[in-house]
Amino acid sequence: MARKLPSKDVVIIGLGWTGAILANELADAGLDVVAIERGPWRDTAESFNVGYAPDELRFAIRLDLFLRPAQETLTFRNNLNQTALPIRQFGSFLPGDGVGGAGVHWNGQNWRYHPTDFRLRSHLTERYGAAAIPDDLTIQDWGVTYDELEPFFDRFEKIAGISGKAGNLKGAIQPGGNPFEGPRSDEYPLPPMQMTYAPTLFAEAARSVGYHPFPTPSANASAAYTNPLGLSMAPCTYCGFCERFGCANYSKASPQVNVLPVLMRKSNFEARTDCEVLKINLDGSGKRATGVTYVDTSGEEWEQPGDLVICCAFSLFNVRMLLLSGIGKPYDPATNEGVVGRNYSYQTNSSVQMFFDNKTFNPFIASGALGQSADDFNGDNFDHTGLGFIGGAGMNCVPTNGRPIQTRPVPPGTPNWGSAWKKATKESYSSAFSMTSQGSSYTTRGNYIDLDPTYKDRFGRPLMRMTFDFPDNDIRMSSYVNDKLLTIAKAMNPRQIVANKTGRPYSVVPYSSTHNVGGAIMGADPKTSVLNKYLQSWDVPNVFVMGASAYPQNAGYNPTGTVGALAYWAAHAIRTQYLKNPGPLVQA
Amino acid sequence: MSNYALTRRYFLGSTTLTFLFGGVTAAGARTISGQPPWTAFTANPPTPELGNGLLFFIPSEFNTVDAIVARLIPADELGPGAREAGCATFIDRQLAGSFGTFQRFYMQPPFANGTPQQGPQSANIPHVIYRTGLAALDAYCRATYAGKAFIALEAAQQDAVLQAMEKGQAKFEGAVPAQQFFAMLLQNTREGFFADPLYGGNRDMIGWKLVGFPGTRYDYRDHVSKHNQPYPLPPVSIFGRPDWQVKG
Repeated sequence: MARKLPSKDVVIIGLGWTGAILANELADAGLDVVAIERGPWRDTAESFNVGYAPDELRFAIRLDLFLRPAQETLTFRNNLNQTALPIRQFGSFLPGDGVGGAGVHWNGQNWRYHPTDFRLRSHLTERYGAAAIPDDLTIQDWGVTYDELEPFFDRFEKIAGISGKAGNLKGAIQPGGNPFEGPRSDEYPLPPMQMTYAPTLFAEAARSVGYHPFPTPSANASAAYTNPLGLSMAPCTYCGFCERFGCANYSKASPQVNVLPVLMRKSNFEARTDCEVLKINLDGSGKRATGVTYVDTSGEEWEQPGDLVICCAFSLFNVRMLLLSGIGKPYDPATNEGVVGRNYSYQTNSSVQMFFDNKTFNPFIASGALGQSADDFNGDNFDHTGLGFIGGAGMNCVPTNGRPIQTRPVPPGTPNWGSAWKKATKESYSSAFSMTSQGSSYTTRGNYIDLDPTYKDRFGRPLMRMTFDFPDNDIRMSSYVNDKLLTIAKAMNPRQIVANKTGRPYSVVPYSSTHNVGGAIMGADPKTSVLNKYLQSWDVPNVFVMGASAYPQNAGYNPTGTVGALAYWAAHAIRTQYLKNPGPLVQA
Repeated sequence: MSNYALTRRYFLGSTTLTFLFGGVTAAGARTISGQPPWTAFTANPPTPELGNGLLFFIPSEFNTVDAIVARLIPADELGPGAREAGCATFIDRQLAGSFGTFQRFYMQPPFANGTPQQGPQSANIPHVIYRTGLAALDAYCRATYAGKAFIALEAAQQDAVLQAMEKGQAKFEGAVPAQQFFAMLLQNTREGFFADPLYGGNRDMIGWKLVGFPGTRYDYRDHVSKHNQPYPLPPVSIFGRPDWQVKG
């Protein structure tokens, strides 16, 4: 039996980016806030100490900072006809763990989704007619617009100290930026980073074939910076240990660097770490949350009552929390009814690798988001008439590292071992690089999340089950944009070009992306969404759910920038509307 | 510590959960309020896996693994290989740690065969893969090469055995398929060749010197804009460089 604790105004589940943002905003509003985090406390000086942070084996291979499947994993199958089996070792995606969450181990590409992404079905219908949207796709509008979110994109970029170059300031196209982006109210808070050699070549080549490259918006600080909370970032040193690592330099934006030092000093906030929330508790009506139950490391259960419960776990685990708590009707692909777990999507990526003679790229001089991108074939930035698909992909040249356990390109056909492998490894290490297309992932009726009937976590709760494969539409899209990357590659005249296109079936083994989105989506209609436009549960109005689980489908961008904007947007709605009149902010 | 408004609650011990959380820093649940908790040097820096002796292998196993890694990444005209880098020692140390039991992975039953896209579903942990795999390799070599063990074979014969393992043509007795064993050997050998020397492999930063990785320099601001120019400085590891050590 859980022991009951004194009630709080706000109970936050998970202390990553969104948990830190919501806690800080609501503590500023005078509320008594507790954040319950299943992983450990993490701090730059202790946990990402410069003396041992650059350790590839420990952090990038043994995945020291990540959620361990022994703690929680999910089961996976490609389609409804298969039996799902547990992901015993994470591969294709790597969920984080501990204070800071994915904000610790991300690379730091910080994008705003395009204005058309937020009203995708309406936009495509207006431009091409409803028949242009393939029947099997369940894409829909977000219920919120880019214009509504713009001030909150700006806010998050300033909190996180993003380096970049505006391409569209209040409707005026700016040289050097992304001409396709939505109108911005302000420049990036920091100028772009210094460019390394490979992205410089990419940009020249992309320009030569008529595309519009620009510096990738980066959460790796190009210069010293103090954010609006008074917290400072140091200039990035281009060390090449971003993704999968904590930053020892206070240069990569993270909750630790950009929010927590202020939040932790507030007397009306407390963090409880190494405590895992088991479920959100509901009252007898099922329409009101009364708090959460969590278990500490000794196995003892605690009930934490609260007036407002905010799910701030990683995207996938928000969905599972709702399923385990009985909030919202679970989605059933057979009947196409229910909402929780519906519209899970991912990212449709491809790459082109190039091998050069007589070039030295020094791949170890890098940062997670240092590079060049071109949006000419992203979203609906190009005419899709007659192409046979919708959606698009960003073209990116962002060589993140030269850590040699993982980053050792060799030409195809090279043996896996022996002197020939050794020779190819030595020759290619510094003379090859890759470009990627990061593509949209559009939802289908059969791609979804529910609870597994067989496998359990260490507390005996059902694991979540993922059913996913790439839709035909996305395969065609990705192939199209990969061909565009090939035209850029040819303009660079390398010795050898290797195209790696996306194919079916999707596999959970090779790393692809930790951009798992959807499953607890926002929208305008409670029949097809879990949350209203303020990320508030339609069914239980004192529950809000942050994060990329709210994305109705994914666009060709990294999700964090929009996650940050939505967090500030929701916090603003709670402060200015909900607290005055607790209840549904949108009538169903 | 005294001026930190930090309470640290150690609850009654439960061996069950301690076991389940094994390998995770046993900090216990904590409540943190009023100040970011920070005490110098309280985190967990790595322990260098140097020194002599074996932690997992018996000597005959070690010698076989040492002979295998010497074929996977051989010493040749490009320089020393995985034997010289100490990869067998690296693997021994890894097997003695949390990797050896797949402590971090989900190892709950039922175990079933799935599609390749569903990822590894084997119940075999690295301890079993190495111990059973090495015994099966020995039996395979003696049956195929007139009673000779792997270490007694010519290099070309050793390569043929490894190729047969890699392709799944060698049939191994027992619960560990040759291909599974080979895949883990290759993965661990590459890890040992390129990981920080503190783990017992990559001795003298042999692997890093081969490709030109400067290791843990952590600051390349001076060289970012020097496009297409080789980086001039030699590699450095987490524990520095040999020439940084105080002599005598």
